[in-house]
Amino acid sequence: MGVDRRQFLKLAGISAAFGLGGSVGFQLLRPGALDAAERMPTPYQMVFPKSQGNSEVMPNPKALKGRRWGMVIDMRKLTVEKARAAIQACNYYHNVPTIPGKQNIKWIWLTGYTNAFPEVENPFADPAIKNARFIAMCNHCDNPPCVRVCPTKATFQREDGIVMMDMHRCIGCRFCMAGCPYGSRSFNFRDPRPFIKKEYPKYPTRTKGVVEKCTFCSERLAVGKLPACAEASGGAMVFGDVDDAGSELRQLLRSRYSIRRKPNLGTHPQVYYLV
Amino acid sequence: MLEKALSGSKLYWTWLICLLVVIGAGFGAYLVQYNKGLMITGMSRDVSWGFYIAQFTFLVGVAASAVMLVLPYYLHHYKTFGRITILGEFLAIASVIMCILFITVDLGKPTRILNVMLHPTPNSILFWDMIVLNGYLIINLVAGWVTLEAERKQLPPPGWIKPIIYLSIPWAVSIHTVTAFLYAGLPGRGYWLTAIMAPRFLASAFAAGPAVLILLGYLVKKLTRFDPGKEAFETLAKIVCYAIILHIFFFFLEVFTVGYSDIPSHTAHLKYLYFGLHGHNMLVPWVWVALGCGFTAIILLVNPRTRKNLKILPYACVLVFICTWIDKGMGMIAGGFVPNPLHEVTEYAPTGLELMITFGVYATGILVLTILYKVALGVKAEEEAL
Repeated sequence: MGVDRRQFLKLAGISAAFGLGGSVGFQLLRPGALDAAERMPTPYQMVFPKSQGNSEVMPNPKALKGRRWGMVIDMRKLTVEKARAAIQACNYYHNVPTIPGKQNIKWIWLTGYTNAFPEVENPFADPAIKNARFIAMCNHCDNPPCVRVCPTKATFQREDGIVMMDMHRCIGCRFCMAGCPYGSRSFNFRDPRPFIKKEYPKYPTRTKGVVEKCTFCSERLAVGKLPACAEASGGAMVFGDVDDAGSELRQLLRSRYSIRRKPNLGTHPQVYYLV
Repeated sequence: MLEKALSGSKLYWTWLICLLVVIGAGFGAYLVQYNKGLMITGMSRDVSWGFYIAQFTFLVGVAASAVMLVLPYYLHHYKTFGRITILGEFLAIASVIMCILFITVDLGKPTRILNVMLHPTPNSILFWDMIVLNGYLIINLVAGWVTLEAERKQLPPPGWIKPIIYLSIPWAVSIHTVTAFLYAGLPGRGYWLTAIMAPRFLASAFAAGPAVLILLGYLVKKLTRFDPGKEAFETLAKIVCYAIILHIFFFFLEVFTVGYSDIPSHTAHLKYLYFGLHGHNMLVPWVWVALGCGFTAIILLVNPRTRKNLKILPYACVLVFICTWIDKGMGMIAGGFVPNPLHEVTEYAPTGLELMITFGVYATGILVLTILYKVALGVKAEEEAL
């Protein structure tokens, strides 16, 4: 027996006294052992390896960083032309196919006031609002039901709040489509590639059998660019950090009255409409 | 015991070949779906689950209903069911196999199905459904096979099987409860967002399952020398009677809450189903037929003279089957998706290929059922010959 109880306590006391708790003490006793232990996967990790995130990849220094991404859509500025430009930009940069009929794919689209906000019923509302065309897209909810129901974690939430899809893990069960209360998800009922008008080579095309949706342009944020729709909207769509009280987005939310889609469901949508 | 399935009459083999032909056709249709994707179905962006998931939901109920034989026999020593419990357990096996197949053909990426186990996600109800369905399959396979083997050897079943049989009772309730939870926990779907979903599922299951068993009992009686006995039919008929009344009662509870509160996101679905919405009314005749069948069945089953009349009973059972199959299948699934979260109406109807795949899965289940029943009835015939 190398170390008995008494000796161990003594050693622990000395380590603690010198502030050598945890890994430092461990390092002193057995140099290098911890690095190896950290890299060695546990049996659980061997069976269920982590597929997301790889700390060895250096992030782009230009990448936009936010604690909680959100979007403000200014309905005073959003004309149908600007909205169409935003939609077109999104469709182009993400190779969203144009499939006719009810098996179509939509990431971001235009809809009516009563469709976007069925609970905010008011027949005498300002016609400018009532007859306006609203942009519908994934709300990147703080409490997303789609993530809750996915049986494979193919849809997941990043720390900055973005709700993402892993197209290589999705089994196409479409539970997330039943779970989403905003109709923001589309399923590839067929091979989408023949329906892509002009392919954008820097973004992957999808395959039949998986679900897809808006990603808040995570691929653009990673290289320091704003989401394609915000960039193309002529200032009508403002993207920013909801957690940053000094952001332009928060400034807008303070200055004007905003509404969110179906807030009564407790999903905490992060797309705000200034009306 | 399986060798009993290898010898049979001309009728038996013809039946198996017919089933294999349907399975072949269904498999062919599935190959088309596998190559082209789910575009060959009538499903859409708005109605993203359809006929497959409807059949799955209905058959989970049929599978769960085996408990209606197991419970009276093993917990209350109701001897009359002793002879037919195995038929219930084997029906459960065939039904669960169909459930698993329906889930599989519904997947966009069936080759990735093991991702559910490679990336276990306890917050997803589908993960739990996978566990309870597979567990129920294994429990019934073991319990059914072991008790039948003991019966063949003219021995009492081994002691270790008892706890497994007892476990099958709450487990049967669990499969249908978890299946109800697939729907009943989704925030944006008013038609499904109801705590009575699981009891309603169970009530319709305990009506549909025993009704199917009665019909199978008639077939067995006609085709083999095995007679389940008048008393077994009568008791099953009573179970069907109580359960179909509960089913309709629960439906009216739903109608009251939805109708009296009059909250649009909840009423819209019932309006669509029973009266049509914005001129869309494809399912209206179906749901009224279901309701009519349910009421007629109740009249036939409540009245002792018609219930005990073995000539009328099968018709009542067919009515119960139609009622629950429409209500829990198409009504429940399509009704939940129409209107969509943006209050737009997209209707759903299955396509020809979708129906062929569905028939193929049903034929597979019936093939399994035929073989299992052949074995069980072979053992029983052997026993009676002694």
